[in-house]
Amino acid sequence: MTLFYVFAVVAILASLLVIGQRNPIYSVLLLIASFGALSGLYVLLDAPFAAVIQIIVYAGAIMVLFLFVVMLLNAPHEDTEYDERVHPLFRPGPMRFGAALAVALLAELVWAVNKGGGEAGQFAGGSVASVGAIGRSLFTEYAFPFEVTSILILVAMVGAVVLARHEKGA
Amino acid sequence: MTPLLIAQIVLTLFVFIMLLNSAAAMVYVERKVAALLQQRLGPYLVGPKGLLQPIADVIKLMFKEELRPRAADAFLFALAPIISATCAFAAFAVVPFGADTTLFGWLPGSMHLQVAEVNVAVLVVFAIASMSVYGIVLAGWSSNSKYSLLGGLRASAQMISYELSYGLALASVLLIGNSLSLRELVNAQAGTWFGVIPRWFLFLQPVGFAIYLISGIAETNRAPFDFPEAEQELVAGYHTEYSSMSFAMFFLAEYINMVTVSAVATNLFLGGWHGPFLPESLGWIWFLLKVSAILFFYVWMRWTLPRYRYDQLMAFGWKVLLPVAVVNLLVTAAGVLYFGS
Amino acid sequence: MVTLNHYLVLSAVLFAIGTAGVFVRRNLITILLSIEIMLNAVNLTFVAFGRYAADVNGQIIVFFVMTVAAAEAAVGLALVIALFRNRESLNPDAFTSLKW
Repeated sequence: MTLFYVFAVVAILASLLVIGQRNPIYSVLLLIASFGALSGLYVLLDAPFAAVIQIIVYAGAIMVLFLFVVMLLNAPHEDTEYDERVHPLFRPGPMRFGAALAVALLAELVWAVNKGGGEAGQFAGGSVASVGAIGRSLFTEYAFPFEVTSILILVAMVGAVVLARHEKGA
Repeated sequence: MTPLLIAQIVLTLFVFIMLLNSAAAMVYVERKVAALLQQRLGPYLVGPKGLLQPIADVIKLMFKEELRPRAADAFLFALAPIISATCAFAAFAVVPFGADTTLFGWLPGSMHLQVAEVNVAVLVVFAIASMSVYGIVLAGWSSNSKYSLLGGLRASAQMISYELSYGLALASVLLIGNSLSLRELVNAQAGTWFGVIPRWFLFLQPVGFAIYLISGIAETNRAPFDFPEAEQELVAGYHTEYSSMSFAMFFLAEYINMVTVSAVATNLFLGGWHGPFLPESLGWIWFLLKVSAILFFYVWMRWTLPRYRYDQLMAFGWKVLLPVAVVNLLVTAAGVLYFGS
Repeated sequence: MVTLNHYLVLSAVLFAIGTAGVFVRRNLITILLSIEIMLNAVNLTFVAFGRYAADVNGQIIVFFVMTVAAAEAAVGLALVIALFRNRESLNPDAFTSLKW
């Protein structure tokens, strides 16, 4: 019970700081912390496979990619026509509208979640889905999406290489 | 505070201290073996046969001045060695090093000789290995120096490239062992064939063992894959600007990563703590011997082979090791299907 | 007692934070990071429902969502590099030449 709140608070705090930081490197590192907290939540939800591949894929590979790009581009702090000293979340104009929209979305979602019925949704006395069961299901029932995913990754690889290479001449 | 809980806390502390000791012992072994391979004496002044040399090294490192470049990002500069060292220690937490023990009957039940028994232990080791990239890349970036940045980016690109063949070698073993838990994989290697040849996965997966060991050497940035921290090429690569205890933490992290890779290789391919002539409860002696053999191999490789240039290193990883690992996985899968074991 | 509602509310909060990030920030990389936050919130919902219904399909969908997120991050970052090379800026407001 307390573990859930610890992980939840870390995840929310880290995500808030991600969108509130000026320096992109700190944003990436805070997002890694948020992923770590989410991985802990997956462990609490009896999903060890999801927890471990969250660390391996998201925190270990995708975020390294982000970090490389931020370092190679020497990504500057964002320069806008707005006043630099005022924090991005409090600036006038479209930003305030965007922030208001997000708060409205949150209110709607929380209302929708709490609306359904009286029972608060207790968890079933769980049968833990082992990694073996996931693997069996992946290769029999979901074999076609699995193969399509591999082609998707191939396309993404080729696309990334083509988009990011230097143009010859021109 | 049941006896079992006390025993587990003591075991955790014991593992931690043993890892620190192993890093210190590796310092001595490395220098002595290097010296003997190069036909000179090595450390012999401090203590009998130079055995107290690591203590002298540690004291020297502790008394050095702790420097920080002024333009370095202070928070990241301090965080990077912490990440490296933490990931190195954390990876060993799921590695078993002995059979169940009752501590000579003091405990009511038996206790695993393992800090944490997890049923996805192989994946956890892999996950923490992929997190240790961050220590290096942040060290390179936050030092704000061209040697460090280049060394850091190269080291992390090398590590994530060799993670692929590392994972595929692990997957080949999982096909045979049918479990993700390291303890169960070791127990599947108990016993012998024909009473003579032990049932190690090494004999079922020789190519897999070679791939795993080569990827492990590349993952821990050791020769012949240590271009990113080579003294002759890049000053010292990503830890150029570090001194005193921060440098010691990187050093420590590297040696403990070596120990972890050797321990996992022992558990996966060399039968873990199973061996002849000794009862099960003393199996950790065999474990120590096997891990020491692989660590000796590591040191031997460093002082025998010349260093790969960076592009040769990356070409080897992607164009040679990865296809071999994939073919190994396919052949293993075909074998398991055909022989049905 | 932690119920399903707790996880759903947490997921809603994370999703809203990600949405706020996409709207409010003017740095392409931070916008991509906010999209990743949103994808993670959705993953959490899937795993929570999978546990609630004792169904393994929750984790399988998470597997596929992570793969798609990886592919999308790779291509998105390649686009960011190409854009940066062209305009030397990571501000989306600098790429408005098609605006009428």
